[in-house]
Amino acid sequence: MSAREHRIYNPAMECIDREELRKLQGKRLVETVKREYENVPMYRARMDAAGVKPEDIRGLDDLKYLPFMEKTDLRDYYPFDLLASPKRDIVRIHGSSGTTGKPIVSGYTRNDVDVWSEMMARTLTAAGCTSEDIVQVCYGLGLFTGGFGAYQGADKLGAMVVPMSSGNTQRQIMMMKDLGSTILCCTPSYATYLGETIREMGIDPEKDLKLKAGCFGAEPWTEEMRERIEQLLCIDACDIYGLTEIAGPGVAFECLEKHGMHINEDHVIAEIINPATGEQLPYGMPGELVFTTITKTGMPMLRYRTHDICTLTDDKCACGRTLARMGRITGRTDDMLVIRGVNVFPSQIESVLVSAEGVAPHYMLIVDRVNNSDTLEVQVEMTEDMFSDTIGHIENVRKYITGQIKSVVGIATNVKLVAPKSIPRSEGKAKRVIDNRKL
Amino acid sequence: MFIKQISVFLENTVGALRELTELLGKGGIDLLALSIADTQSFGIVRLIVSSADVDKAMQLLKEGGCIAKVNHVICAAVPDRPLGLCELLTVIEQADLSVEYMYSFLRNTGDGQAHMILRLNDGQKAARVFNMKNITLLSQEDVDKL
Repeated sequence: MSAREHRIYNPAMECIDREELRKLQGKRLVETVKREYENVPMYRARMDAAGVKPEDIRGLDDLKYLPFMEKTDLRDYYPFDLLASPKRDIVRIHGSSGTTGKPIVSGYTRNDVDVWSEMMARTLTAAGCTSEDIVQVCYGLGLFTGGFGAYQGADKLGAMVVPMSSGNTQRQIMMMKDLGSTILCCTPSYATYLGETIREMGIDPEKDLKLKAGCFGAEPWTEEMRERIEQLLCIDACDIYGLTEIAGPGVAFECLEKHGMHINEDHVIAEIINPATGEQLPYGMPGELVFTTITKTGMPMLRYRTHDICTLTDDKCACGRTLARMGRITGRTDDMLVIRGVNVFPSQIESVLVSAEGVAPHYMLIVDRVNNSDTLEVQVEMTEDMFSDTIGHIENVRKYITGQIKSVVGIATNVKLVAPKSIPRSEGKAKRVIDNRKL
Repeated sequence: MFIKQISVFLENTVGALRELTELLGKGGIDLLALSIADTQSFGIVRLIVSSADVDKAMQLLKEGGCIAKVNHVICAAVPDRPLGLCELLTVIEQADLSVEYMYSFLRNTGDGQAHMILRLNDGQKAARVFNMKNITLLSQEDVDKL
């Protein structure tokens, strides 16, 4: 494995001496904190409440004194109250689902788009992509960061981009074959589905396709899935990590060693904390991943809690990069679900049910993976108001609830009407999710 | 003109229908007619019981934790021979009415008539049309005597 050729987009940064990196991070942190304190009243108030002044943050070691930011902050200060730059300097908006009805959005300055493009260019290069390659992007191109992120990174490399966006598998495969796409960007579950469909169609990836690698992310996956994708498509499958709040895909990426994701530490600082106490944990200890952006100007995030659980290591990688690596996400410290790459919070579903007239607020979410695609069943109890003697009427109620959920969560769910009082009531925190996926 | 029907929500699970019939049966309720409409995930059971039993049946269902409603349907007598039902449906079609659901009584009264329970999109209009076309509609009393 380590005998293979490793391409590095920006060796000066990706292979930087770690002591140099710490100094660079510290300097950029100081600038970011100053910018945030001066431009974002919410964060200034939060720092004041914590008794921290910008001048108290003199370097990386002082990071721990800064208050955290949470996803709920993006909801509470939606859409523009977290901007640290004038609105006229914002050139792009991306968004993802929030914890309740409203989405969360992030504003990007020209600088932020460039930084993000650089991160994705590094990501694609690490998977072997060059200006000679044809990059097929099957992440959705829209508010979701996946599609644009992959497009920008490939564009920066001067590769040929095929911006397919998501869906229409037959057409994806036709274009892949006709154009000779060499790099694939999509979710790992869609990569599996593409691979299986290709095999069913009698296409031999080694002979009929030119694919060599893929950058797969936006949902958790396993080593078993990697093996399956690599066998089905005859490619190297690399894991990537990102989130809208920080930038998008490319915050961290795997090289062809496939042994953890390199974090673009000249742009973000990664910490692992004890989710209960907030205290920093050393490398190697599992805990909650926290990011601080240090080059973003539009909507910088200071100590943003991802609620993803993983471990970090700064052991040198055989690829030559010195950037620390994060392991696979092994869980969440909250109840967020990732369904077909979309973040779903049970509280979003609850907000829909509570506001729908005549619908009981009790629900249970059953998550499964059928034919490599996530399914979400929403069990809702039948009520007097919803009931009728005709199937048509009840189906209309069911369709109404399904439509309301889709408008808030953004994905199709299967609403199942169940007998009254059949969903267990519990005192305190009710169990609302049964996840049958084997990950 | 109209007769009472009880409809009950059932989840599409093993034993749900048996439990329902046990609940009503142990309460001494006799089922005169029954139909089940089902989808992949849920079902509606529609029941006709003697009018004297309607309130008691509803009480048993509520106590048993079921969602149930009483509504009104039409009960028409059709000749128990080939084309008997077709003639009734022809009348319905010509009057521009549509059948939402239909089922029949469990008992054969031996009078050469089959008794169909119907829900049409416009019940009042259906009653007028059936009257004009001399189709026999059973009253609640008639049904109780079946």
